[in-house]
Amino acid sequence: MVEPYALDKQAKQAFLSNKLIELTKNHYVRCVEYQKILNTLQIDVDKLTSHYDIPFLPVRMFKEYDLLSIEKEAIFKKLTSSGTTGQQVSKIYLDKESAANQSKTLTKIVSSYIGTRRLPMIILDTSTILKDRANFSARGAGILGFSIFARDKIFALDEDMNLDIDGLKSFLEKYRGEDILLFGFTFMIWNHFCQLLKEDDYGIDLSKGIMIHGGGWKKLAEKAVSAEAFKKELQEVCKINRVHDYYGMVEQTGTVYMECDQGHLHASIFSDVITRRAKDFSVADIGEKGLIEVVSVLPTSYPGHALLTEDEGIILGEDDCPCGRLGKYFKITGRIQNAEIRGCSDSYASKFK
Amino acid sequence: MPRLGGVATVMPVNSSEIIYLYQGNGSLEEMPSLNVKQPFFPQVVLFLNRLSQVLLGDKIAKEYPDIIAFAFFCRRAHIEHLKARYGNSLDCRLGRGVTFHIAPSNVPTIFAYSMVTALLAGNASIVRVSGKPFAQTDIICQAIVKIFDEGNFENLRERIAIVKYDHSSEITAFLSSLCDVRIIWGGNVTINEIRKIPVPSHSMELTFADRYSFCIIHTNSYLEKSNPKKVAQEFYNDTYLYDQNACSAPRLIVWVGEDADISLAKKRFWDALQNYVEERYALPSIIAVDKLMTICRCSMELEGTVNEKMPDNLISRIRVKELSKDIPAYRCAGGSFIEYNSQDLDTLAEIISREYQTMAYIGFDPAELRYWVIQNGLCGIDRIVPVGKTADFSVVWDGYDLIYSLSRICNVG
Repeated sequence: MVEPYALDKQAKQAFLSNKLIELTKNHYVRCVEYQKILNTLQIDVDKLTSHYDIPFLPVRMFKEYDLLSIEKEAIFKKLTSSGTTGQQVSKIYLDKESAANQSKTLTKIVSSYIGTRRLPMIILDTSTILKDRANFSARGAGILGFSIFARDKIFALDEDMNLDIDGLKSFLEKYRGEDILLFGFTFMIWNHFCQLLKEDDYGIDLSKGIMIHGGGWKKLAEKAVSAEAFKKELQEVCKINRVHDYYGMVEQTGTVYMECDQGHLHASIFSDVITRRAKDFSVADIGEKGLIEVVSVLPTSYPGHALLTEDEGIILGEDDCPCGRLGKYFKITGRIQNAEIRGCSDSYASKFK
Repeated sequence: MPRLGGVATVMPVNSSEIIYLYQGNGSLEEMPSLNVKQPFFPQVVLFLNRLSQVLLGDKIAKEYPDIIAFAFFCRRAHIEHLKARYGNSLDCRLGRGVTFHIAPSNVPTIFAYSMVTALLAGNASIVRVSGKPFAQTDIICQAIVKIFDEGNFENLRERIAIVKYDHSSEITAFLSSLCDVRIIWGGNVTINEIRKIPVPSHSMELTFADRYSFCIIHTNSYLEKSNPKKVAQEFYNDTYLYDQNACSAPRLIVWVGEDADISLAKKRFWDALQNYVEERYALPSIIAVDKLMTICRCSMELEGTVNEKMPDNLISRIRVKELSKDIPAYRCAGGSFIEYNSQDLDTLAEIISREYQTMAYIGFDPAELRYWVIQNGLCGIDRIVPVGKTADFSVVWDGYDLIYSLSRICNVG
């Protein structure tokens, strides 16, 4: 089995560049839209030498366009990003192979944090999110993706998003003394789990729990809830100590960036994070805030192997995290200031509902 | 809306939701009972001149070039110059009554120009300013408050109200019910939403929708006669000064001339602009992403596009092989340009739609350009101005003479 954090800078650079340049060439041939973009950017795919030189597409492209490098008949699954009504969502098309690779890669990465044994799992969400099996929202895809680590699972919330205390208690009773995996979305956990247990802990003890949560901090930042406060609160309400945030997006499902016990997000060998300066897209230094570019070896069915996100972050270091994992480790500082500025002001209308 | 004798009755609204940046002693409901004035009423001209003095004497105001420009617009000499252009054609004219202005959120001083023009035409003005917190709005409103506090313009005091409110159809309906003319500065979505709210049956409406603007450069003339540094400064004021977010900001650049001249002119023009922009413009991250997004969109939807290599993301140049009617769809703020090389203006005429507003030029004779618009019977292009002047307000805007549009003729038959 390939160790997900075993390559140092030089080895990883060689591995990734090789894979990603090959992917670039493939998408260039198979996806006519991608080819047009590279032509406009005057990129010669045969002259690429490093994955740092591969042009990145804005993630927003997947909201506005259907980008595929496979025949329509080969589509096995369509993933969409979560978005509120009226918002455009990303549409990601997978064939069987790319879907399988996502799941395999996720397993390798997450095993580094929770072990290879499958665990009883509590999903801090509602089962209704998985109703449509052919079309998955990011939330559904995340839940389904992480469900591979479960040997038994329950959904902690009912369809009205109320906490099923009785169900939760009997599940915990059944697996008393065992490690329990908990999975959910940061904001949902805060709103529908943490806040409820704050009022009454219902005697729920998750000291054997390992929580994995993701989905971003935007909504909690609005409520001025920091990552530290989130962890502290969880510790207080249900005694859970092992809490891992992860950073990932539907456009590169599978290659998630997991938070280690040092509080750092880590890039595995299957993907990388590059911070770039807005002024010229040059590569930012370690410690310098930049726009986050993500590259991943997984997107074979769509040209999403090098993407410019709308997040900003800081690379904290490479190959030297005290947790022992090699590769870059980083933190996300937030979403870039909003404003897809209009040609002329439409701020008035935006408030009409 | 219930009506009495053709006049909409005033809907009671929760007036605590309205923030007044300036108001007279009376209530808004009383505004329709004010009399109207003749255009360029002497008291109004004096008031504007005082406004100009106060703004030019305000240290903070001086930091805003757009306020300075507005202050110069209001100077008596300039207003008299404007008036002179009308000759005696205004003798038979009077204001229409109450104008209700819904100001845009992209250019901070538009609210003031809109208001001043309505006052000059003989009207009273209710202005709803944008919810965006612009320092310019506060500075200009404070100057108005100060002038009325000086006590010299008592008979104008009730003719102005400047308000701010969160988006509320009720308040907009209330203010609309008071007006004889409603002036809506776009975008299009805003205009469409506000249009659902009626104005009294006798009232009229002026709308300033989303527009698209471009620049044509006569390369031979540019190379021989222009000072590249000066042109860069002027072009910067047309574009980057408002994040290329004004309707009048050029987005498409048509280079007219022989290929060799075009290459040379482009190099000179963009090098000079790059230097000028580098010293002044901080590029927000979101704009860098938006520009890349625009390049990707254009690549996919326009034929044979080339992203011209630039040292950084400050200037984004997308060359198109053909001019398409869709070009206005690829607008992007913050310094994103589409370029087209041409030997003449023929192909350009084919794509000009109603959306086109300002044609900025370098090295052309504006009278010839207007002749070209007329000869081709174009539905678009309302303004032809030299580079550097696109952001200048004029009482002729989007094809309307606002002094005429905001006044009525009392005809003697």
